[in-house]
Amino acid sequence: MTAGTDLRVPAGNMAAQAAAPAAGRRGQDTPRTRRRRKARAWTGWLFALPALVMYGVFVLLPLCSSLQYSLYDWDGITAAKWVGLANYVQVLTDPRLVEPILHAFIFIIFFSIIPVCGGLVIASIIKDLKSKAFGTAARILLFIPQIIPAAAAAVAWVWMYSSDGVVNQLLRGAGLGGMARAWLGDFDWALPAVGIIGTWLGIGLCTILLIAGIGKIDSSLYEAARLDGAGWFQEFRAVTLPGLRSEIGVCITITTIAALASFDAVFMSTQGGPGHSTMVPGVAIYRLAFVENNIGLASAMAIVLVLLVLLVVGPLQRLFKEK
Amino acid sequence: MRTATRNYAGTAMLVLVMLFCILPILSMLSAALQPQGTVPMGISWPSNPQWGNFADAWNVANISVLLRSSAVLVLGVVPVSVLISTMAAYALAQLHLPGGKIFYVLLLVGLTLPFEVTIIPLYYQIRDMGLLNTQPGLILPLIGLNMPFAIFWMRAHFSSVPAELSEAASMDGAGSWTSFRRIHLPLAVPAIASLALLMFLSTWNQFLLAIILIQDPDKRTMAGALQNFVGEHGSDLVLLNAGALLIMAPTVIVFLILQRHFIKALLAGSVKG
Repeated sequence: MTAGTDLRVPAGNMAAQAAAPAAGRRGQDTPRTRRRRKARAWTGWLFALPALVMYGVFVLLPLCSSLQYSLYDWDGITAAKWVGLANYVQVLTDPRLVEPILHAFIFIIFFSIIPVCGGLVIASIIKDLKSKAFGTAARILLFIPQIIPAAAAAVAWVWMYSSDGVVNQLLRGAGLGGMARAWLGDFDWALPAVGIIGTWLGIGLCTILLIAGIGKIDSSLYEAARLDGAGWFQEFRAVTLPGLRSEIGVCITITTIAALASFDAVFMSTQGGPGHSTMVPGVAIYRLAFVENNIGLASAMAIVLVLLVLLVVGPLQRLFKEK
Repeated sequence: MRTATRNYAGTAMLVLVMLFCILPILSMLSAALQPQGTVPMGISWPSNPQWGNFADAWNVANISVLLRSSAVLVLGVVPVSVLISTMAAYALAQLHLPGGKIFYVLLLVGLTLPFEVTIIPLYYQIRDMGLLNTQPGLILPLIGLNMPFAIFWMRAHFSSVPAELSEAASMDGAGSWTSFRRIHLPLAVPAIASLALLMFLSTWNQFLLAIILIQDPDKRTMAGALQNFVGEHGSDLVLLNAGALLIMAPTVIVFLILQRHFIKALLAGSVKG
């Protein structure tokens, strides 16, 4: 700031102070102070500039490039050929590419619905973690899946699901040895098996978020429900569910995005196999772009994934917005 | 249901979910402690736990190198992201930027954007910048990708700071920068600390960008290096599990030390994000 503007500050302030109680500041602005405030608002952009540049160059620009690539047939090396919307048509009609999208929606059951329902039931039954030591232990254990990389979690689950792994050990222990199999190598069972890795990744966070949310519900509501003789389910429907509206919305939004955009856990456990039985859009994009060198098709798939996320998350946001 | 039965039922279910969350880790530990060269079976406490396996896995997985490269990535990403997102959030919340709404909406788009959509162009962009296979080539995009969440996080903080504070400062003749540095920044320290913790976690655990932008596993994040480790030692279950546990260990240790702050930040982070 120059000395000149420095000097002018007190004068402007005095005028403003004198005027404030009577008419509000704006009406008393001299053209000079107005101009200065405007200039200062523009200099505010200097604060936002570094973030804007990084965001623009490494997120917005790639997003636009993806849109552009998606309209071309390009192998990443030779000249690209304009194909219009042909890539999109292929994404939406080629069974090999539609299947991953369907799998992503099936994953919503495992990544989102099961964790949220499980968390809701637990939260509504125990309401608050009374014992302090138990509460801390619960929080630590439930957060472990959030802390470790999903790629490492996949390694753990690959071993759990292997022929000699814990899952089969438990089944044999329960006398269900006939069910034992190499889960991730099974065409029918691999998808739900990978889905359960997603359940594992999300259930702790959802449970803790919902228990924290239920603690904020006015306890007099529960007392009133009890005085009215409401049973557990009535109380759940009339008090708990409405009280947890925004927390449920948060849980569903986060886990749904995680389901649709899943990559780490699938890539490290099955790579989409056996066959295409666990292929999801994220892994399909990776394979199309970096294994098959079909950049245009991979980009179209990526744009479709973005649209799917927006289409699913947008209405969810509106649905769970607090009134 | 009577309250007592109810509490028992609830606690039992909670314990089941707790077991579910820890079971995969315990099964890894059980396999990692078996004698090398044997084929582990399910979960069982070994009669003679081979803690030495971890020392071997440390060397085989090159953990010392990975720790250093992950630390370099975190130090490259987190401080810069925190600084520039805090400045931008301050501008958005307190300085009434002309056209700030547009910036806000653009950030909103980024908040739900799956990383998958940026990876292909990023690969070519980073290649053209000559940064493929280098750590700056991973640090720069990660800073950009951090921006939406980080700015929303800090903006939530700055919006809760009363505007009178800035006005009082400007009456004392403070410019935007002075009032940012002297008044707003000190008040934002708790919010910044939580944000830094969350970004440490997301950077350290970054997988997709690491495997695409960096070929040399020794320069990747620890999570990214796991892909290579599995490729090379996937058949040796004992060593694989020991190595994977070592790769998980740093974040878990940091989590256990800063448990309270971590949980608070993660809970608030999911609500704001």
